[in-house]
Amino acid sequence: MADITISERQAGDVTILDLVGKVTIGEGSVALRSAIRRLLGEGKKKILLNLAGVGYIDSSGIGELVSSFTAVNKEGGTLKLLKLTQKIQDLLAITKLLTVFDVFDDEGEALSSFN
Amino acid sequence: MPSRIESIEVAAIKADEFAKRQGLGDDFVSAIDLAIRESVANAVKHGNKFADEKTVDLTLARTDEGFEITVRDYGTGFAVDTVADPRDPENLLKANGRGILFMRSFMDVVEWTNHADGGTIVRMIKRQ
Repeated sequence: MADITISERQAGDVTILDLVGKVTIGEGSVALRSAIRRLLGEGKKKILLNLAGVGYIDSSGIGELVSSFTAVNKEGGTLKLLKLTQKIQDLLAITKLLTVFDVFDDEGEALSSFN
Repeated sequence: MPSRIESIEVAAIKADEFAKRQGLGDDFVSAIDLAIRESVANAVKHGNKFADEKTVDLTLARTDEGFEITVRDYGTGFAVDTVADPRDPENLLKANGRGILFMRSFMDVVEWTNHADGGTIVRMIKRQ
């Protein structure tokens, strides 16, 4: 079974990626990187990552979130995070990355923030 | 264990089984899990650099001090002082360099020694 499943939804001009599984060194991180690159290649630059289904993330996965954020910014886009688990929130706090990412618990609120 | 990404999961499963046999709680097991995954990932990637002929050695023990983990690689050694703080503003947006911070955040003791015969040993303790 794959470490991670990434499903794509569209809400207006915002692309939502629902991540389910593990974002860890190897397959999980690579899958996220590929998904972000594909979206940028398609000109989709408003991206919301729904992490509600991410049961586990390691330092490599956190690094991939940062890489995704910088890659999207570089293209003039915006990447935001939705529904962090307590564990991910703790890890982002430890790394001071909560000061970097826009984080939302409510999808509607997150979508409104893009406009 | 071989120097492969798959060894991270193998090590984590062994530690999980060991910790649960000791009757340790979920938060404790979760902290150990994260420390094991980060340290074995470092050993595979940065220590042994995925070399087929090099192994990663893992030991787990329950001691008077707590739950002790050691992970050894057979690389060229490591100086922890040279690792930049990922929380510094200039490092915040770097993709790498957070594993050691996680190990230190979730374990009570984390120390590195360079083995006389080569390689690095990281010893970690989680107190109860």
